[in-house]
Amino acid sequence: MYQLYFVLQARALTSQTAESDAIRFLVGTQSLKFDNQIHIIDFDDENNIISKSVLQHQAGEIWHISASPADKAVLTTCYNKSEMDAFGLGGVSDTSESRVVTCGAVWRMPPEWESGSHESPDDPHNSHNPQNLELLCHLDNSSHGNASCVLWEPMGDGKHVISLADNHALLWDLTESSTQATISSSATLEGKGQLKFTAGKWSPHHNCTQLATANDTAIRGWDLRTMSQIYCIENAHGQLVRDLDFNPNKQYYLASCGDDCKVKFWDVRNINEPVKTLEEHSHWVWSVRFNHSHDQLVLTGSSDSRVILSNMVSISSEPFGHLVDDDDLSDGEDNHQDEKTKEPLQDSIISTYEEHEDSVYAVEWSSADPWLFASLSYDGRLVINRVPRALKYHILL
Amino acid sequence: MDGDINATAPGTTPPDSDPARKRRVHGMLKLYYGLNEEGKTVDQAESMDPCDINGPHFDPEVYLNKLRRECSLGELMDQETCMVKQIRSLDSDMQTLVYENYNKFISATDTIRKMKNDFKKMEDEMDCLSTNMASITDFSARISGTLQDQHAQITKLSGVHTLLRKLQFLFELPARLNKCLELQAYAQAVSSHRRARCVLQQYSHMPSFRGIQDDCHAIMDKLAQELRQKFRDGGSSAKDLSECVELLLQLDEPAEELCDKFLSHAQSRLEADLLGLEAETDILEFIDRGCNEFVSSLCLVIASYQELFVNRPQEGELASKNIPQMAIGKLHAFVDALATRYFSLVERRIQEEKSVGDNSLLVRALDRFHRRLQAVAKLLPGSAVPSQGTEIVVRAARERIKQYLAALQSFYLNSLTDVRQALAAPRLATGKDAPASLPELLSTLSASILNQIKSVLASVHLFTAKDITFSNKPYFKGEFCSHGVRESLVVNFIMFVCQSSRQFCESAGDRGGSTPPALLLLLSRLCLDYETSTITYILTLTDEQFLVQHHSPVTAVTALCGEAREAAQKLLNHYVKVQGLIISQMLRKSVETRDWVNTIEPRNVRAVMKRVVEDTTSIDVQVGLLYEEGVRKAHSSDSSKRTFSVYSSSRQQTRYAPSYTPSAPMDTNLLSNIHKLFSERVEIFSPVEFNKVSVLTGIIKISLKTFLECVRLRTFGRYGLQQIQVDCHYLQMYLWRFVSDENLVHFLLDEIVGSTAHRCLDPAPMEQSVIEVICERG
Repeated sequence: MYQLYFVLQARALTSQTAESDAIRFLVGTQSLKFDNQIHIIDFDDENNIISKSVLQHQAGEIWHISASPADKAVLTTCYNKSEMDAFGLGGVSDTSESRVVTCGAVWRMPPEWESGSHESPDDPHNSHNPQNLELLCHLDNSSHGNASCVLWEPMGDGKHVISLADNHALLWDLTESSTQATISSSATLEGKGQLKFTAGKWSPHHNCTQLATANDTAIRGWDLRTMSQIYCIENAHGQLVRDLDFNPNKQYYLASCGDDCKVKFWDVRNINEPVKTLEEHSHWVWSVRFNHSHDQLVLTGSSDSRVILSNMVSISSEPFGHLVDDDDLSDGEDNHQDEKTKEPLQDSIISTYEEHEDSVYAVEWSSADPWLFASLSYDGRLVINRVPRALKYHILL
Repeated sequence: MDGDINATAPGTTPPDSDPARKRRVHGMLKLYYGLNEEGKTVDQAESMDPCDINGPHFDPEVYLNKLRRECSLGELMDQETCMVKQIRSLDSDMQTLVYENYNKFISATDTIRKMKNDFKKMEDEMDCLSTNMASITDFSARISGTLQDQHAQITKLSGVHTLLRKLQFLFELPARLNKCLELQAYAQAVSSHRRARCVLQQYSHMPSFRGIQDDCHAIMDKLAQELRQKFRDGGSSAKDLSECVELLLQLDEPAEELCDKFLSHAQSRLEADLLGLEAETDILEFIDRGCNEFVSSLCLVIASYQELFVNRPQEGELASKNIPQMAIGKLHAFVDALATRYFSLVERRIQEEKSVGDNSLLVRALDRFHRRLQAVAKLLPGSAVPSQGTEIVVRAARERIKQYLAALQSFYLNSLTDVRQALAAPRLATGKDAPASLPELLSTLSASILNQIKSVLASVHLFTAKDITFSNKPYFKGEFCSHGVRESLVVNFIMFVCQSSRQFCESAGDRGGSTPPALLLLLSRLCLDYETSTITYILTLTDEQFLVQHHSPVTAVTALCGEAREAAQKLLNHYVKVQGLIISQMLRKSVETRDWVNTIEPRNVRAVMKRVVEDTTSIDVQVGLLYEEGVRKAHSSDSSKRTFSVYSSSRQQTRYAPSYTPSAPMDTNLLSNIHKLFSERVEIFSPVEFNKVSVLTGIIKISLKTFLECVRLRTFGRYGLQQIQVDCHYLQMYLWRFVSDENLVHFLLDEIVGSTAHRCLDPAPMEQSVIEVICERG
């Protein structure tokens, strides 16, 4: 377990998706008063050393961050932009002018960050003069409302992103080295009241033509080719759904978590009931992530300040600890069902990590090392943990 | 008198001087008078004294000499006078005696003389008789001689006569049989035929006899035919029937066939009974009719069958055929087959008996059913019928227990529905918060459930009543009590209560509180009561009533109590969750829907906060109705007045207004983290204890944590922060009293205000005094 403290509060965490060698996480800070930063956390697995670089993100506090799957240096953020210009003039007259909007933008990290502002966490004095991010383009959605998150096309070429803004899902084409963004299509959620997407996930299956979104207690699936809804799990959770994740190896399997303290696993072909429900957290669950390689490993982070690593063997694509080719999956699923009944499989909680003192809003697996993950709590503490060795060998052997 | 005679005897012959002769006469007299022994004594005395005047050796000379020598004159004179006197009296006595006996002598002499004459005459007549006898003998001998050969002839004739009579019987036999047939005197016919049969058989080589035999055979065949017909017709009484069978058996009818026929005949009747049975509706009447018609007919059949085929003394050739064994076999098969049908009917009928209102009818019916089957058992030892009957009773009892369990369960669910309605009704009517009758509802519910259990136990107890025949069967003594009643009924019901309670938690969780919270609270208290006392009570009651002997392992009281406690805990947790959720939703809406950046300066506590406090108070009342107060940590008397400010602590000051230097924030973060390390981690949705304070603490924790998380997602203007300050202070004023540890409220409210300050674009807090004024005004 390795810990790292930030100066400021933070909610946004991602691993650098395109990076497959170095274990690298990106953290976006959240501060209304100071310049926000993107911290690049490098973990040297062999020497057990954490190193940190800082890039300035002056546009505003970062609510969501995601890294391009194609280009290591490209990332998107959703940030709050305060349009309050007359700060000290007294709040009565200028109420109409002061407002907070959330925007999305694509950024490029300056090429020299790696050499320039490398620092050790033990030596925070080196973080003077951090470099700025280079803005590639705005995902300008002023007509569509506040962006809650931006999703890259999984395993894509870094040319397509989806942004979720209030009740719209917008598909953007990035052109000219990502400096131009145009909306190619969009979907709008219609209904009573103020509908707002709270979370979303681009499915890596079906040629990346599907998107899952969450609004209030419902989970919806969208076909991106027609931008129409394919399924809707009403009341997926008792309360607000906070996060979603697709099983990377089983195309119909989806995990969700929410304010009812539960983590649910769905087979979207049968939306009446969850395949499995976990109730381990004692407060809202904010984040759920499947391990990219071994999908039985599920990571959840909650505002009870805990991170829980679960071993969901019974609904995994490799129920016996063997890797199964992705191609065989669709055919082999029925067989798996049969095999499941044959062998007593036990879903279990592998470990509960209690290093955090405040609510954990984000958890993320490393994209380079499948046995490593990071969690981020609101007080700005990043914790990097490893899957227990015994379990690792159990899965591998 | 003897003395007198003795004295007189010598006196009569005083002149007789010969003593020997005198003595002889004297002896003869004595002999005559039968005085042998007297005389002997006298003999012995007489030899002694010659002076004894009465003695035999009396010597007058000696006597006189003696007198003369010894006596004076006067004395002699007296002696002489006395002597004379005696002599005179002796003389007179003698005379009297002679006179008295004289007539007797005379008549004796006459009699002897007459006898002498009579004997002579008799002798003559005897002679005459003997001659006559001799002549009679002579004559008789002569007659015998002449009658000799006639006698032989007569004997022969009489023999012929007898034979002829027999032959006549034989010849008349066909006619007689016919007549018997006509008169339906079958018994006579058969006995006649039997008598003739051997003879006919023996002489069948003679044509005439053969004819008779054939005739007889024909007739008897006809008769047998008729008997069979009668047998088959079945209209006849059992007695007739048995007569028939007896006759047929005597007619060498094959016993096996007869058995079959008898049974098939009986079967048709019994089947009719069974058919009639199907129409019956009332269970008791059904069983009654089954017993009275079917079972008693069956018994009758068995009895008469055994009488006919099994127990009858076997004579002659019949004995060799081993009929009883065959017959018994057939009977068993027959009884089994019919009983199976009967049982299936009974079972079907019992299964229809679904209403659980009055168990006594069923038990009585079963008892009767079982009792009557014992008769079959007695009649037909070794039959499987009674044991099958017992099995049916056992199955019925099992089924009954299941039905009772179902009834109990539905009763429980109905009661719950009633409670739900009762909970909803006053709310609708008055629009007020929790009805005051919550404890009443609880006690009514728990009492009605207990009563229902008791009445069910009482009903089931009928199965084991002493006067019920099957109650002493091993099943009803052991398994029924322990496994059936205790486990299947009581334990299962308690489990059901717990499980259904749990379902409330689960279903409600997904649908967002479809169960009224008050019901959850009530059920949780119910389960808790079960845990503390009711389960023990019910099980003890059951054990006592049924004298349960635990042969097999049974569910322990502690396990059930654990189950109940778990259910109670779950329900209470869920209650907390639901109530917390309701308040949370209010708070969340209030935070999410407001534009906090552009809000106006706070003048009032927001209405939603008042609502939160109101709701919390009403929840407090509601919980207080059912749960005890619980312990809270000591708090200072001025808790509501506690200064509550963003900048009250140095920690927060440094934390929320950090000077952006590389080193300082790190320190403050470290500081805050260190602070948190020492403060206890707050578990939000944690299990609560069974008391009011703990429940309220849970609800408030959930609400405030929601508040905190929502605040963190928003951005605030200066007045937004101030409004939150006011709201938090207001909450602080009222909420501390509900919780076990007021520091918890402080901590969470601190966090809220702290987070708000952090999320504030222009963190300029309000003056504490102003906050207080606003709150007190509100």
